[in-house]
Amino acid sequence: MNTPLLQVQDLRVTFTTGRGAVHAVDGVTFDVGAGEVLGLVGESGSGKSVTLRAIPRLLHDNAAVSGRVLWHGQDLLTIPDERLRAIRGGQVAMVFQEPMSALNPVLPIGMQIDEVLVAHTDMDRAARRRRAIELLGLVGIASAATRLDQYPHEFSGGMRQRAMIAISLAAQPALLLADEPTTALDVTIQDQILTLLLQLVSELGMAMVLVTHDLGVVAETCDRVAVMYAGRLCETGPVELVFNRPRHAYTDALLRSMPGDGAAGAMLTPIPGQPPRIDSPVPGCAFAPRCSYAEPRCTTERPVLTAYAPGHDSACYAATRLPARVEEGAA
Amino acid sequence: MRAVLARIASRPLPAPLLGGLALLAVMVAFTVSPGTFAPYDPLAFDYNALLSPPSAAHLFGTDQFGRDILSRTIAAAAVDLQIALFATIFPGLLGSLIGLFVGWYGGVADAVFGRLVDLVVTFPFLVLVIAIVAILGPGLANMYIAVTAVGWVFYARLMRGEVLVQKSGEYVAAARVLGYSTPRIIFRHILPNAVRPVLVYAVTDMALAILLGSSLGYLGLGAQPPTAEWGVLIADGKNFFTTAPWIVLFPGAAIVLAGLGFSLTGDGLADLLEVRR
Amino acid sequence: MTLLAVEGVSKRFPARRGLVDVLSGRPRQAVHAVEQVSLEVRRGETLGIVGESGCGKSTFARCLVRLYEPDEGAIRFEGADVLALQGDARRNFNRHVQMVFQDPYGSLNPRMTVGDTLAEALSVHAVVARAQVPARVRELLDLVHLPADAAERYPHEFSGGQRQRIGIARALAVEPSLIIADEPVSALDVSVQASIVNLFLELQARLGLTLVFITHDLRLVKHMTHRVAVMYLGRIVEVGPTADLFAAPRHPYTQALIRAVPHVKPAAREARRNRQAAVTGELPSPLKPPPGCAFHPRCPIAQPACAQAVPALEDRGGAWPVACIRVSG
Repeated sequence: MNTPLLQVQDLRVTFTTGRGAVHAVDGVTFDVGAGEVLGLVGESGSGKSVTLRAIPRLLHDNAAVSGRVLWHGQDLLTIPDERLRAIRGGQVAMVFQEPMSALNPVLPIGMQIDEVLVAHTDMDRAARRRRAIELLGLVGIASAATRLDQYPHEFSGGMRQRAMIAISLAAQPALLLADEPTTALDVTIQDQILTLLLQLVSELGMAMVLVTHDLGVVAETCDRVAVMYAGRLCETGPVELVFNRPRHAYTDALLRSMPGDGAAGAMLTPIPGQPPRIDSPVPGCAFAPRCSYAEPRCTTERPVLTAYAPGHDSACYAATRLPARVEEGAA
Repeated sequence: MRAVLARIASRPLPAPLLGGLALLAVMVAFTVSPGTFAPYDPLAFDYNALLSPPSAAHLFGTDQFGRDILSRTIAAAAVDLQIALFATIFPGLLGSLIGLFVGWYGGVADAVFGRLVDLVVTFPFLVLVIAIVAILGPGLANMYIAVTAVGWVFYARLMRGEVLVQKSGEYVAAARVLGYSTPRIIFRHILPNAVRPVLVYAVTDMALAILLGSSLGYLGLGAQPPTAEWGVLIADGKNFFTTAPWIVLFPGAAIVLAGLGFSLTGDGLADLLEVRR
Repeated sequence: MTLLAVEGVSKRFPARRGLVDVLSGRPRQAVHAVEQVSLEVRRGETLGIVGESGCGKSTFARCLVRLYEPDEGAIRFEGADVLALQGDARRNFNRHVQMVFQDPYGSLNPRMTVGDTLAEALSVHAVVARAQVPARVRELLDLVHLPADAAERYPHEFSGGQRQRIGIARALAVEPSLIIADEPVSALDVSVQASIVNLFLELQARLGLTLVFITHDLRLVKHMTHRVAVMYLGRIVEVGPTADLFAAPRHPYTQALIRAVPHVKPAAREARRNRQAAVTGELPSPLKPPPGCAFHPRCPIAQPACAQAVPALEDRGGAWPVACIRVSG
């Protein structure tokens, strides 16, 4: 594996709210290599989006962030604001779930691309305009020159997402942080956007962290996956290994709950119970109360991440008792 | 309703609400039994103590006829409480029903209602009420008619907006698919969910109603002398303001405190009735 | 055999017109939400209706329970004309056809306990004698696997999945023979979705329910329906047995839709990286649907004739009907 581009080490995010502290992210560690696509997957409340937003320090003031986010040897969590601004939107860019709220509704798309170019390059006006047209073409927006002068509301949902991707690409980032970029889109449009993102990754050699709740999106697009539950990292590893040979009971249960595993019309295997509330930290494994593999120590001792194969780590006492899924997958 | 009662039982009442309720309780106590609190007959003249300043005998002083201001202020509580209730309940009920109706059915009724609202809000509220009372003649009954004739619009507008929000809720669609009758849907499903802002507004409006009643009393259009009413008391004392300010001061303070009581109660109620989804 | 028959149903919503439009005499535009949909629901089956946003599937669902009045067409339930029903007859129809809604938060009255919500449905339709109502409420809660003490509680005390169970119990209270479920699990997390899907499967087996399942999720449709109708911009483009249709979709839109669904098998990854998007272009505006076949601007096999006339939903030499002039055999 190539040397990591981004290293997230023991990231913790605690929100102070009126009802007390919420431990949204609780000791998350992962790496992203150059040109690699990492999927950050979990259900609502798992802390996946908070983790992503903590990387470029996009969280609000009520969030207390600790740990280290190393980018080319410097810790993004501690560098001065000025240096951070140069990196944010430059080498590290972000794509959001709701393009309509992430784009400025009163500025034409072209001007929003131009802003990034002004901030992160020293191109002159004509060069910037050429670059903006080039970018819209790159993300598959036809007749780019006229589209530059249009406002976000004149774009359809899929086109807005393309425009936002164009803006994020403006300064040729080395890392794209994508927060559920296709969740709000229809399936044929999602397919187009995922195709586009994959193309960009392979053509521009970008790395990408893709936050999603859709295991199908992970399986089709990511090199590696990190599974989160209740603010903690359960399992991380190459997609093939994690999907075919899950080493965490939660990953296993999540994969089993999906339709398509058994025969049509057969009963699915839901995960019993509810996702935990994250306002009080649990001593043991957060998934233990819902886990069919749980043993007594799961509720008292917190399992640590352990390697089961090169690059495949899991924090689960039942790791070796989980069945392989590869036969089912082949059937 | 049970939800509200359960909520009241389950958590401590906020301090502002308690304060508001305490002020209102005093007002109600004065209304129920003025004799217990008033040291003198509020209408009795005492020519030995004309315009006497606050003293041990007359805590709030006396007016130009020697009437005890404390007793008159207490006696007036009944009238002003009645004004607070009637001047909101009548327009509140009428307006809510109209708001429910136009909100649910929409169409022509709603369009007509919209123009009517535009018309009414063009004029200052007080000016319209005074105009109507001037036509009907002074007195409390005519004041209620005037306030209802104008005030229902505000309740109807509030209720209509809330009904429109609730009407689009899926639980209303579910009730329709279950084949429930329209009156059942309106009164059992929409009304309990739509009534909260109207109730809160009504309690806050009671504070304004007291001010309105006092203003009209002061102008001689509301309660008629010698009935003790805080506005009337102030009107009576206005000529002596420089020499005997206590005549207007204490009824004035009563108006402020009663208004505060209703406002605090209204705010507290708003928190209490908040629905959890 | 046929429980519900839909014949040529259309529903259009007039678009808002500004003052300028009125003064300039511009004709009133309409969103063609549902256009000429004909479909039959067979007793005991699960029929899936699938499509992307704006395809009219939810509007169509609401026409089936008469939340919307169709502008054209007929709906027959056990042979009787549903759209002509009034008063008690209409309410009686609603006893037979119920709906489960998408939003688990908005579809329950927040001011009523779960018990009151269920009891209301039971007593309005006099499903059981008054004295039997509390016992029946407990039975209904048990049927959807909620504890008996749920009756005393309010909707906000439940999770999304549990609320959806309450909504299902409410629909079941009037003992319907047909349930229309409009995206009933879309608002839920994957792990919770599975338990609601199971509940539908179980209820269907136990009570012999007929189910119309409306969703945008092809994986769910494939798993739990017997037949599926695919909608695009207000019209059905293909309808057939689910397993066969997924194995060999006939309409180019169905093909694209199935290809666009991400597979959970990681083996699909290499193939995914090397393929193009399943279909290009965006969904057209339902205010101005393209002439002819609405899919032709995005269709890889479109011909000039496709823009001429709306293709009829016909067998076209195959085992199930498809609305595409390029399909034969």
